[in-house]
Amino acid sequence: MIESLSVRALSVRRGERLLFAAFDLEVKAGEAVALVGRNGAGKTSLLRAIAGLLLPEAGTVAFAGKAGALEADEARARGLHLLGHQDGLKSARTAGEELDFQARWTGGSQASAAEAARMLDLTPLLGLDVRRLSAGQRRRLALARLAASPRPLWLLDEPLAPLDAARREQAGELMTRHLADGGLILAAVHDPLPIPARTVEIGA
Amino acid sequence: MSAFLLLLRRELALAWGRGGGPLLALTFYAAIVTLLPLAAGSDPARLAVIAPGVSWLALALSSLLSLERLFERDFEDGALDLLALGPAPLEAVGAAKALAQFLANGAPLAVATPLAAILLGAPVSLAPLAFAAALIGGLAFAFTGGLGAALALGSKRGGLLVAVIVLPLFAPPVIFGAGALQAMAIGLPWAPGFLLLAAYAAGAVALAPLAMAAACRNALG
Repeated sequence: MIESLSVRALSVRRGERLLFAAFDLEVKAGEAVALVGRNGAGKTSLLRAIAGLLLPEAGTVAFAGKAGALEADEARARGLHLLGHQDGLKSARTAGEELDFQARWTGGSQASAAEAARMLDLTPLLGLDVRRLSAGQRRRLALARLAASPRPLWLLDEPLAPLDAARREQAGELMTRHLADGGLILAAVHDPLPIPARTVEIGA
Repeated sequence: MSAFLLLLRRELALAWGRGGGPLLALTFYAAIVTLLPLAAGSDPARLAVIAPGVSWLALALSSLLSLERLFERDFEDGALDLLALGPAPLEAVGAAKALAQFLANGAPLAVATPLAAILLGAPVSLAPLAFAAALIGGLAFAFTGGLGAALALGSKRGGLLVAVIVLPLFAPPVIFGAGALQAMAIGLPWAPGFLLLAAYAAGAVALAPLAMAAACRNALG
């Protein structure tokens, strides 16, 4: 699966405004990159462009595996997690139903969803409607999806913002384990990540 | 295929709860059919003549009800990102959503259609055709409706926009479906209208998912 991500000469325009131009980035297996930049610099847009949700004006996003370059659509559909500002959880469904669906949709299983819930101390919340969860609990539920389905590249947009100190540490352990398994992490952040990470600035 | 079924199950669960689900559509349908005699007069002979047409008009309007939320809710809460990055292409996502919309709304309305036609004075012998035509028409309504819902993504007051986009697309099935019923009621051959309705539904099922996917990509980007 995905062993490296390379972004070459990427330019993204939103409406009239050129967010960034000729942006280069390389992320290898086992590496975490903290993407920093002022508000509106284009951190979210970069993540969405890598995920293929947003069409860049110029430049390329390429994924490579052990055996060389991967077909981009295939790599995105099977090898990439995007955790955005919004967690895509349905407020009228229970936390368990949503985690189960999200995990299985992205390639996990019922068992791996339960295991991820246990790892993040979410098991007692699984029977509750998502609307009853706090912002931090919802974010942990979204993080559990990442743990529940084995996709190597994690694109995280402010992943820790609603979490308290103890939960940030827990999320850090999750990321450390992912990197040790050969995963790649690209996280847009304002606060430092709880793990050692290379910092890349966008729109400087 | 298993991803499609997984998504279909989720969409069905959501459609069942979405704004009251089938119960709301059925109540709305009953309200239109009840209002008609109040507006057009209760002369049984006159009602019997327009019964097939009215049952179809009510069907088309009731099919509009929950379309607005079909893609909009997933778009607003970020779930559409997740669906776009899943194992199934967006075309399959659109098809699953439209199919769930059909199963949760179109199918129950198809059961109500012959009842409404008979209550308004149409002959009981019309019931099988009324049911079959409403079932097939419901499929066309769900898929063209899904297309309208995807096109209206991200716009303010999307509900009204969906109706404006979709009602012209609803015209052919209304013409063919109600036409087949009228023809049967007065003893003319009903098969041509019915077959045209089926052809339109088949075309919608085949083509609408492509357009839904394109509209979703456009809204996400």
